[in-house]
Amino acid sequence: MNGQFEQLSCQELVELVTDYLEGMLLEEERLRFDEHIGRCDGCDVYLEQMRLTVSMLGHVPKDALSPEAEQELIAAFRGWRAS
Amino acid sequence: MLVREYQPSLVRVARMYVPTQVAAEEVAAETWLAVLNGLDRFEGRSSLRTWIFRILTNIAKTRAVRDGRTLPFSALQEPGRVPEAAVDADRFLDPEHPRWPGHWAAKPQPWPEDALLASETRSRLAEAIDALPATQRAVISLRDIEGWSSEEVRNALDLSETNQRVLLHRARSKVRAALEDYLNEAGA
Repeated sequence: MNGQFEQLSCQELVELVTDYLEGMLLEEERLRFDEHIGRCDGCDVYLEQMRLTVSMLGHVPKDALSPEAEQELIAAFRGWRAS
Repeated sequence: MLVREYQPSLVRVARMYVPTQVAAEEVAAETWLAVLNGLDRFEGRSSLRTWIFRILTNIAKTRAVRDGRTLPFSALQEPGRVPEAAVDADRFLDPEHPRWPGHWAAKPQPWPEDALLASETRSRLAEAIDALPATQRAVISLRDIEGWSSEEVRNALDLSETNQRVLLHRARSKVRAALEDYLNEAGA
Protein backbone atom coordinates (compact mmCIF):
# COMPACT_ATOMS: atom_id res chain seq x y z
CA MET A 1 0.00 0.00 0.00
CA ASN A 2 2.73 2.43 0.97
CA GLY A 3 6.14 2.75 -0.51
CA GLN A 4 9.10 2.34 1.82
CA PHE A 5 9.38 6.09 1.75
CA GLU A 6 6.09 6.82 3.39
CA GLN A 7 6.34 4.31 6.19
CA LEU A 8 6.43 5.62 9.70
CA SER A 9 9.51 4.88 11.72
CA CYS A 10 9.06 3.70 15.30
CA GLN A 11 10.53 6.98 16.50
CA GLU A 12 7.87 8.88 14.56
CA LEU A 13 5.09 6.59 15.67
CA VAL A 14 5.60 7.13 19.40
CA GLU A 15 4.96 10.85 18.85
CA LEU A 16 1.60 10.12 17.23
CA VAL A 17 0.21 7.83 19.92
CA THR A 18 -1.83 10.49 21.72
CA ASP A 19 -3.23 11.86 18.47
CA TYR A 20 -4.12 8.28 17.57
CA LEU A 21 -5.82 7.55 20.89
CA GLU A 22 -7.64 10.88 20.70
CA GLY A 23 -8.92 10.06 17.24
CA MET A 24 -7.17 13.08 15.78
CA LEU A 25 -5.14 11.46 13.02
CA LEU A 26 -6.18 12.00 9.45
CA GLU A 27 -7.45 8.90 7.71
CA GLU A 28 -4.20 8.34 5.84
CA GLU A 29 -2.06 8.80 8.95
CA ARG A 30 -4.25 6.42 10.88
CA LEU A 31 -3.86 3.78 8.20
CA ARG A 32 -0.09 4.14 8.27
CA PHE A 33 -0.20 3.94 12.06
CA ASP A 34 -2.34 0.79 12.10
CA GLU A 35 -0.23 -0.77 9.37
CA HIS A 36 2.94 -0.15 11.37
CA ILE A 37 1.45 -1.53 14.60
CA GLY A 38 0.45 -4.66 12.70
CA ARG A 39 4.01 -5.49 11.76
CA CYS A 40 6.04 -4.10 14.65
CA ASP A 41 6.19 -5.87 18.02
CA GLY A 42 7.98 -3.00 19.74
CA CYS A 43 5.35 -0.41 18.77
CA ASP A 44 2.52 -2.81 19.52
CA VAL A 45 3.85 -3.19 23.06
CA TYR A 46 4.45 0.56 23.28
CA LEU A 47 0.86 1.40 22.32
CA GLU A 48 -0.43 -1.15 24.80
CA GLN A 49 1.71 0.44 27.52
CA MET A 50 0.27 3.86 26.74
CA ARG A 51 -3.23 2.39 27.00
CA LEU A 52 -2.34 0.71 30.29
CA THR A 53 -0.90 3.98 31.57
CA VAL A 54 -4.12 5.85 30.80
CA SER A 55 -6.19 3.10 32.35
CA MET A 56 -4.06 3.08 35.51
CA LEU A 57 -4.42 6.85 35.76
CA GLY A 58 -8.17 6.34 35.73
CA HIS A 59 -7.83 4.34 38.93
CA VAL A 60 -5.70 6.81 40.83
CA PRO A 61 -7.72 7.87 43.86
CA LYS A 62 -8.73 11.49 43.57
CA ASP A 63 -6.98 13.48 46.25
CA ALA A 64 -9.09 13.45 49.31
CA LEU A 65 -9.62 16.75 51.02
CA SER A 66 -8.20 16.87 54.49
CA PRO A 67 -11.11 16.34 56.91
CA GLU A 68 -10.55 19.80 58.41
CA ALA A 69 -10.62 21.52 55.04
CA GLU A 70 -13.72 19.59 54.10
CA GLN A 71 -15.53 20.55 57.31
CA GLU A 72 -14.59 24.16 56.79
CA LEU A 73 -15.96 24.16 53.27
CA ILE A 74 -19.12 22.37 54.26
CA ALA A 75 -19.65 24.88 57.05
CA ALA A 76 -19.12 27.74 54.62
CA PHE A 77 -21.66 26.22 52.28
CA ARG A 78 -24.23 25.75 55.02
CA GLY A 79 -23.68 29.29 56.24
CA TRP A 80 -24.27 30.58 52.76
CA ARG A 81 -27.41 28.51 52.23
CA ALA A 82 -28.86 29.62 55.53
CA SER A 83 -28.24 33.28 54.80
CA MET B 1 -21.28 17.53 46.57
CA LEU B 2 -19.84 20.33 44.53
CA VAL B 3 -16.93 21.20 46.76
CA ARG B 4 -15.73 17.68 47.31
CA GLU B 5 -15.92 16.98 43.59
CA TYR B 6 -14.05 20.04 42.39
CA GLN B 7 -11.64 20.90 45.17
CA PRO B 8 -8.76 18.60 44.10
CA SER B 9 -8.94 19.81 40.51
CA LEU B 10 -9.14 23.43 41.59
CA VAL B 11 -5.99 23.06 43.65
CA ARG B 12 -4.15 21.30 40.81
CA VAL B 13 -5.08 23.97 38.32
CA ALA B 14 -4.18 26.74 40.75
CA ARG B 15 -0.73 25.17 41.06
CA MET B 16 -0.12 26.13 37.44
CA TYR B 17 -0.04 29.74 38.58
CA VAL B 18 1.14 29.84 42.18
CA PRO B 19 4.32 28.33 43.53
CA THR B 20 3.16 26.39 46.57
CA GLN B 21 0.48 23.95 47.59
CA VAL B 22 -0.61 26.25 50.41
CA ALA B 23 -1.03 29.19 48.04
CA ALA B 24 -3.00 26.95 45.67
CA GLU B 25 -5.33 25.92 48.48
CA GLU B 26 -5.86 29.57 49.38
CA VAL B 27 -6.70 30.34 45.77
CA ALA B 28 -9.21 27.50 45.77
CA ALA B 29 -10.78 28.79 48.99
CA GLU B 30 -11.08 32.28 47.53
CA THR B 31 -12.67 30.76 44.48
CA TRP B 32 -15.36 29.08 46.57
CA LEU B 33 -16.13 32.37 48.24
CA ALA B 34 -16.53 34.03 44.86
CA VAL B 35 -18.66 31.14 43.65
CA LEU B 36 -20.90 31.32 46.71
CA ASN B 37 -21.29 35.05 46.26
CA GLY B 38 -22.07 34.78 42.60
CA LEU B 39 -24.13 31.63 42.48
CA ASP B 40 -27.50 33.37 42.53
CA ARG B 41 -26.38 35.46 39.57
CA PHE B 42 -25.04 32.48 37.65
CA GLU B 43 -27.11 32.40 34.51
CA GLY B 44 -26.17 29.06 33.12
CA ARG B 45 -24.76 30.47 29.91
CA SER B 46 -21.70 28.35 30.42
CA SER B 47 -21.54 25.14 32.38
CA LEU B 48 -21.13 25.54 36.11
CA ARG B 49 -17.78 23.80 35.92
CA THR B 50 -16.49 26.15 33.24
CA TRP B 51 -17.67 29.14 35.24
CA ILE B 52 -16.00 27.94 38.44
CA PHE B 53 -12.69 27.35 36.67
CA ARG B 54 -12.78 30.73 34.99
CA ILE B 55 -13.14 32.31 38.40
CA LEU B 56 -10.28 30.19 39.68
CA THR B 57 -7.84 31.06 36.92
CA ASN B 58 -8.61 34.76 37.33
CA ILE B 59 -8.00 34.64 41.05
CA ALA B 60 -4.85 32.58 40.57
CA LYS B 61 -3.44 34.99 37.99
CA THR B 62 -4.22 37.98 40.19
CA ARG B 63 -2.57 36.28 43.12
CA ALA B 64 0.51 35.43 41.07
CA VAL B 65 0.89 39.06 40.05
CA ARG B 66 0.34 40.28 43.60
CA ASP B 67 3.04 37.91 44.84
CA GLY B 68 5.39 39.40 42.28
CA ARG B 69 5.59 36.19 40.39
CA THR B 70 6.13 36.92 36.75
CA LEU B 71 3.56 34.97 34.91
CA PRO B 72 5.18 33.01 32.17
CA PHE B 73 2.11 33.43 30.03
CA SER B 74 3.59 32.06 26.90
CA ALA B 75 4.99 29.15 28.87
CA LEU B 76 1.61 28.62 30.48
CA GLN B 77 -0.29 28.63 27.27
CA GLU B 78 2.15 26.96 24.99
CA PRO B 79 3.79 23.64 25.51
CA GLY B 80 7.07 25.18 24.45
CA ARG B 81 8.85 25.29 21.19
CA VAL B 82 11.53 22.83 22.12
CA PRO B 83 10.15 19.44 21.27
CA GLU B 84 10.32 16.90 24.05
CA ALA B 85 10.72 13.35 22.84
CA ALA B 86 8.14 10.86 24.07
CA VAL B 87 10.90 8.26 24.20
CA ASP B 88 14.64 8.93 24.54
CA ALA B 89 16.35 9.09 21.16
CA ASP B 90 18.91 6.52 22.28
CA ARG B 91 16.20 3.87 22.35
CA PHE B 92 16.08 4.08 18.55
CA LEU B 93 18.48 3.32 15.73
CA ASP B 94 19.89 6.31 13.91
CA PRO B 95 17.43 8.05 11.56
CA GLU B 96 20.12 7.59 8.89
CA HIS B 97 20.48 3.89 9.57
CA PRO B 98 20.74 2.21 6.16
CA ARG B 99 18.30 -0.58 6.85
CA TRP B 100 16.17 0.30 9.87
CA PRO B 101 16.09 4.08 10.23
CA GLY B 102 14.42 5.18 13.45
CA HIS B 103 13.46 1.67 14.50
CA TRP B 104 13.64 0.44 18.07
CA ALA B 105 17.15 -0.39 19.17
CA ALA B 106 15.81 -1.45 22.56
CA LYS B 107 12.14 -2.20 22.14
CA PRO B 108 9.69 -2.04 25.03
CA GLN B 109 9.05 -5.29 26.84
CA PRO B 110 5.53 -6.26 27.91
CA TRP B 111 4.83 -5.40 31.52
CA PRO B 112 4.20 -8.16 34.02
CA GLU B 113 0.45 -8.01 34.62
CA ASP B 114 0.51 -8.79 38.31
CA ALA B 115 2.95 -5.94 38.95
CA LEU B 116 0.51 -3.41 37.51
CA LEU B 117 -1.80 -3.73 40.47
CA ALA B 118 0.94 -3.68 43.09
CA SER B 119 0.85 -0.76 45.49
CA GLU B 120 4.49 0.02 44.75
CA THR B 121 3.60 0.51 41.08
CA ARG B 122 0.80 2.84 42.09
CA SER B 123 3.09 4.94 44.19
CA ARG B 124 5.56 5.17 41.29
CA LEU B 125 2.66 6.35 39.17
CA ALA B 126 1.81 9.03 41.73
CA GLU B 127 5.44 10.13 41.89
CA ALA B 128 5.61 10.38 38.13
CA ILE B 129 2.58 12.67 38.10
CA ASP B 130 4.04 14.84 40.84
CA ALA B 131 7.29 15.18 38.91
CA LEU B 132 5.57 16.68 35.85
CA PRO B 133 5.69 20.41 35.07
CA ALA B 134 2.56 22.09 36.47
CA THR B 135 0.77 22.55 33.14
CA GLN B 136 1.29 18.93 32.12
CA ARG B 137 0.22 17.78 35.57
CA ALA B 138 -2.97 19.83 35.42
CA VAL B 139 -3.91 18.49 31.98
CA ILE B 140 -3.22 14.82 32.73
CA SER B 141 -4.99 15.05 36.09
CA LEU B 142 -8.14 16.53 34.65
CA ARG B 143 -8.22 14.29 31.59
CA ASP B 144 -7.08 10.94 32.88
CA ILE B 145 -7.63 10.99 36.63
CA GLU B 146 -10.79 13.11 36.75
CA GLY B 147 -12.05 11.90 33.39
CA TRP B 148 -12.87 15.27 31.84
CA SER B 149 -13.32 15.64 28.09
CA SER B 150 -10.69 17.49 26.11
CA GLU B 151 -13.16 20.31 25.52
CA GLU B 152 -13.81 20.76 29.22
CA VAL B 153 -10.07 20.85 29.92
CA ARG B 154 -9.49 23.37 27.14
CA ASN B 155 -12.19 25.62 28.53
CA ALA B 156 -11.07 25.36 32.11
CA LEU B 157 -7.41 25.97 31.35
CA ASP B 158 -7.93 28.26 28.40
CA LEU B 159 -5.82 26.12 26.09
CA SER B 160 -6.08 25.58 22.37
CA GLU B 161 -6.97 22.11 21.20
CA THR B 162 -3.45 21.50 19.92
CA ASN B 163 -1.78 22.69 23.10
CA GLN B 164 -4.05 20.59 25.25
CA ARG B 165 -3.11 17.55 23.20
CA VAL B 166 0.62 18.29 23.21
CA LEU B 167 0.61 18.74 26.99
CA LEU B 168 -1.37 15.52 27.43
CA HIS B 169 1.01 13.67 25.12
CA ARG B 170 4.09 14.82 26.98
CA ALA B 171 2.56 14.03 30.33
CA ARG B 172 1.37 10.54 29.37
CA SER B 173 4.65 9.73 27.65
CA LYS B 174 6.63 10.64 30.75
CA VAL B 175 4.38 8.69 33.05
CA ARG B 176 4.67 5.64 30.79
CA ALA B 177 8.45 6.00 30.74
CA ALA B 178 8.57 6.17 34.54
CA LEU B 179 6.43 3.04 34.82
CA GLU B 180 8.63 1.29 32.29
CA ASP B 181 11.77 2.17 34.25
CA TYR B 182 10.27 0.74 37.37
CA LEU B 183 8.59 -2.34 35.89
CA ASN B 184 11.58 -3.42 33.83
CA GLU B 185 13.82 -3.05 36.82
CA ALA B 186 11.35 -4.99 38.97
CA GLY B 187 10.94 -7.70 36.34
CA ALA B 188 14.67 -8.06 35.74
